[in-house]
Amino acid sequence: MQSTLPLRPPAHRVDPRARQWWRLRGLGVAAVVALPQLVVALVLGGPLWLWATLIATVVVGVGYAAVVPEILFRIHRWEVTDEAVYTLSGWLVREWRIAPISRVQTVDTEHGPLQQLLGLASVTVTTASARGPVAIRGLATAEARELARQLTETTQATPGDAT
Amino acid sequence: MRREGPVTDWRRLDPRMIVVAPVHALIRLVPLLLIVLVTGRSGDPTRVWISLGIAGLVVVGGLIRWRTTRYRITPERVELHSGWIRRQRRSVPRDRIRTVDLTATLLHRAFRLNVVVVRAAEHGGEHSGLNLDAVSGAEAELLRRELLRHSAAPSEDPAEPQPEPGPTELARLDWRWLRFAPLTFSSLAGFGAIAAAAFNLLLELGVTPRELGGAAFRLLNGTGWTLLVVSALLLAVIGSSALFVARWWGYRLTREPDGTLRVRRGLFTSRSLSVAEDRIRGVGVHEPLLLRAGRGAQTRALAAGLGRERQGGVLQPPVPRAEAHRVAGVALQAPDPTRTALTAHPHAALRRRFTRALGPAAGVVAAAILLGVLDPTRAWIWPWTPVLLPLAALLALDRYRALGHTLTEHHLVSRLGGFSRRTTALQRNGIIGWRVRQSLFQRRAGVVTLEAVTAAGEGGYEILDIAPATAAGLIDAVGSRTGSG
Repeated sequence: MQSTLPLRPPAHRVDPRARQWWRLRGLGVAAVVALPQLVVALVLGGPLWLWATLIATVVVGVGYAAVVPEILFRIHRWEVTDEAVYTLSGWLVREWRIAPISRVQTVDTEHGPLQQLLGLASVTVTTASARGPVAIRGLATAEARELARQLTETTQATPGDAT
Repeated sequence: MRREGPVTDWRRLDPRMIVVAPVHALIRLVPLLLIVLVTGRSGDPTRVWISLGIAGLVVVGGLIRWRTTRYRITPERVELHSGWIRRQRRSVPRDRIRTVDLTATLLHRAFRLNVVVVRAAEHGGEHSGLNLDAVSGAEAELLRRELLRHSAAPSEDPAEPQPEPGPTELARLDWRWLRFAPLTFSSLAGFGAIAAAAFNLLLELGVTPRELGGAAFRLLNGTGWTLLVVSALLLAVIGSSALFVARWWGYRLTREPDGTLRVRRGLFTSRSLSVAEDRIRGVGVHEPLLLRAGRGAQTRALAAGLGRERQGGVLQPPVPRAEAHRVAGVALQAPDPTRTALTAHPHAALRRRFTRALGPAAGVVAAAILLGVLDPTRAWIWPWTPVLLPLAALLALDRYRALGHTLTEHHLVSRLGGFSRRTTALQRNGIIGWRVRQSLFQRRAGVVTLEAVTAAGEGGYEILDIAPATAAGLIDAVGSRTGSG
């Protein structure tokens, strides 16, 4: 059914803890949507349909947290070679991104609060294009630091960004 | 050895700005001042004082602005300091400067002044550039040359000019192109502006346009309606032609001896856009539906810093298609890059165009039938809606026929779009990355969307619905050369 893409999948998976991160994020979003509904339903004695949407929100949130992170973990991959940074991400819409090392301008590492809690980090590589950034999310902190160091070293060695 | 001396010193804007800036501001304030003067009790002297106070503040503001604005050009950077209470410091590395625009409104022109707008390539997603409002015409011309000169090349002293060839003219205005003016978006915009103005006027006069509409319905017979439509069309034609003349008067495209492409135009506000030629990463030939119907097109240059505005990087007015392709070739210094034969896209792309056009059209038909069933008084609507289906099918076919791509020795050429068709030729070494996307539907159809990422223009150019193997092939083919580019 599915045509296997001849674009080779990148070599590495992200850290397994990334599943926890995606799960917590999904539940967080569900909570943000569900809480106001719950408050309104309890305090104001809202209409019956509000209970229905509340239940639907909880079911979708829990369902997402149960299923999607596993799928994401299986899809998300990354690879850094001497020539390029290469990532695959997305669930409904898959996206492969390639940024040649010679065109990389900046390398950023970030840790969100949830990521810090789980010991994770993201590395974002930008090029001269606003559409160019390539992000590798859900790496172990040490791995991210090492990767950023290595990328910074290689990119400094190659001048020119084709702007 | 770089040039030292006057250019490295801090310089001020032209002293004539002490006059021009307040006049410019006052002209804009005229309506406000009139309101202050006209309203208020008569015989009350405060309103006169208020007006004088505002005028005085504007003059002082202009003086302060001139006193506090300084700029300088060092061998590495252009720096602009401005502001009194809120100081601003902008600094642009010279090797990132991509375009220099000179504009002059009528007021600026009366004083022989020019606004210099410097645009630079982004760095790490950061937007940069600066405005010098304004310097003398001679200074502006000097800045234009100086700033677009390559930082790498040793800059000669302009005090001893070597025998330079003059600028080469590549294109100039042909008044026959005026026929394309009504086919551009500006004709609709012009018409819309007139309609909106009339609408506002009616509201001011206390006439509810709705009542007026009802009255018109009753009053107008067949001839009346025809007259109304014809006069509206006539207005659109006149308005768009006037805009064309104002915008493109004196249009010239030249190649300057310092290696820049320069577009000069404008009847009232004169504009000059200069792009360093070796910074041009590609061209786009645009054919919006109406213009395409008139066999016209318009070419834009793709360079970093251009492309954010609607008119960003336009190299010419709407012109005959052949002329647009010719200028595209001239800008890229390649034989007809945008007229290369393109590879058609797979059948899946055609199917997807059809489902995407027919789906919504069928939805409209179904909704109209439902409405007819629920409300029999509106049952007359739905028999008209099936006409949407063949229209949608035609649109889909047209959109599919636009799709195409090819890789030439130096360029990645692609075309897409129905309502606004665009042929893009991107230099291979201007491609700084790739994005490949595949939605669930595309996965089922076995196609992907490939986007070439570039620093120029809009930042990315898509090739819709190609086979994954084709995408991988293109990436490999370009990638093997990017290193050497």
